[in-house]
Amino acid sequence: MNGAGRSFISREKAVALALLGALLVAAPLVLDRYFLSVFILVFWSAYVGQAWNVMMGFAGLLSLGHALYVGVAAYIAAALYVHFGLSPLIGLIPAAAACMGFGAAIGWLGFRFRIEGVYFALLTIAFAEATRIAFDNSDWTGGAGGLFISVSSATAGQWWNLRGGPLLFYYLALAMAAAAFLFCALLMRSPLGYRWLAVREDPEAARALGVDVLRVRLASVIVSAAMTSLAGVFYAFYYNNVFTGQIFDISRSIEIILAPIIGGVGTLFGPILGAFVLIPLGQLLLWGTQALGLDAPGLEALLYGLCLMIIVTRAPEGVWPRLERLLRGKDEAP
Amino acid sequence: MPPDLIAEVLVQGVLTGLVYGLMALGLSVIFGVVRVVNFAHGEFTVLAMYAAWFLFSRLGLDPLIAAAPIALAFFVLGYGLQRGLIAPFVRRPEHLQFIYMVGMAIVLVNALLLVFGPDARHADVPYAFDSWRLGPILVDKVRVFAAAGAILICAALFAFFRYTLVGTAIRACADNLIGAEVVGLDVGRLFAIAFGIGLACAGAAGALMVVLSDATPNLAPSFTLLAFTIVIVGGLGSMTGALAGGVLIGVAEALASIVFSPSLKSMVSFALLVVVLALRPQGLIGRRA
Repeated sequence: MNGAGRSFISREKAVALALLGALLVAAPLVLDRYFLSVFILVFWSAYVGQAWNVMMGFAGLLSLGHALYVGVAAYIAAALYVHFGLSPLIGLIPAAAACMGFGAAIGWLGFRFRIEGVYFALLTIAFAEATRIAFDNSDWTGGAGGLFISVSSATAGQWWNLRGGPLLFYYLALAMAAAAFLFCALLMRSPLGYRWLAVREDPEAARALGVDVLRVRLASVIVSAAMTSLAGVFYAFYYNNVFTGQIFDISRSIEIILAPIIGGVGTLFGPILGAFVLIPLGQLLLWGTQALGLDAPGLEALLYGLCLMIIVTRAPEGVWPRLERLLRGKDEAP
Repeated sequence: MPPDLIAEVLVQGVLTGLVYGLMALGLSVIFGVVRVVNFAHGEFTVLAMYAAWFLFSRLGLDPLIAAAPIALAFFVLGYGLQRGLIAPFVRRPEHLQFIYMVGMAIVLVNALLLVFGPDARHADVPYAFDSWRLGPILVDKVRVFAAAGAILICAALFAFFRYTLVGTAIRACADNLIGAEVVGLDVGRLFAIAFGIGLACAGAAGALMVVLSDATPNLAPSFTLLAFTIVIVGGLGSMTGALAGGVLIGVAEALASIVFSPSLKSMVSFALLVVVLALRPQGLIGRRA
């Protein structure tokens, strides 16, 4: 750590961020419905990426089952609204609590026995898959048929029930992404953040210094799970439906971790940049294959997979650290 | 529940589990030696299922015989992949290996989808519905043949790792990589051979599997998860563990589908996984890392 930065980001970055923020706040004036939906996806993905990064980037814990938290929160908030008319703003609380409980259970099971690395990652997958099957067989959540949140004129515009048009969700997602960025920036410089760093770099040395490794790791899973639960509630009310096959699927977990990995694990800007790279890439591939009349099923996903392989080969540490070096340019020269 | 039904399901579970075990053995060899997490393992297995189905429907080649040339082709494929594409990732962090292999998995599944479409493919061998009567229970011929094939290939692999020089050298890499490098083993080549063997197992298992169940592209991710579950339950890095884990998971799934319901069967294997991870993280027959 060089002593230069007392505030958590440099002045130039702060100015650039403020500009980007202002642009994004004003953007709906010129964006049509389609672009709004793409931006909502970008913000959502930046937000969950930030949440996942709390585990992987800050504490060095690889979770491949974050769909678990998205799914559990989405189901709880949606079911409480559908069955009891409870506002998702209140439903969020039990949803987050349940996710924190799941996170704590997985973490405790894993870290108590020093299940680390790949083993821990597989434990997270196993929990996500097992929960998917459990929800598939539960009537309260609609089983495999899914749960639908009705869209009617009676509830239209009830923002407190998260009923509204794309603009509501655009600004909500933007606010979530911005808040997650600030929160993570604060976390990174908090005493807990430094403990995470110590545990990530060398758990044994951290233990010798008196850091309670189990507790610090549990904290990262719980914070990450709570943050992710918010994204789950958003998902349910934005799409107005939840299906186990979609929301709990391993592909959802993969999607969540792509943005921060492509952007740069452990950095604050990585998840945001990754989301701005990946979501448009997916859309471009979709357009491209359709424009060329090649809309065969699977082609666009195949190209997407190829792009992933190329990006991780070319920029293993992520796009952001490269870009940062590029932006700094000469003044960093030795 | 009648006892002969339970016995029948048990036998079925063991036989299917042996084929699962062969697939998982490939994953175990790759992880144990190359230390790369092959998240495309199920995808390669399904690719082999399609290859076997294609050979059967075009040339009339029995999948149980086709398993040999397919395994050979997959060995070459694995050797080439390790040498060309995967080697740079061997010393990179797990999450990068994960994304890289997931990228490869996405490419494979969607290539299959593009070429063959989403429909289920099945190799209807002439003896598909034949069975033997063993006392009170019926045993399907296809299952016995597939399991026998799996055992044969596993035995050959055990012998290879035990008695040949290359096999011993590969085991040396798994046990002590730095030591292996110090004594001058060509680690790059041994890694490529190990990856080739791993894919050959997936290839042979896929060819045997096609007589047991239909091939569809979306089977692949669940096979990958299945292989991982088996390897962890059995013990990472242990060859007998992979086979034992396969049999255990095969039996657990078969029993679960009659005791509970077929849709809950993978729940049982995940529950087993959680129990093993909680009580014995090194697996049933694993050594502590």
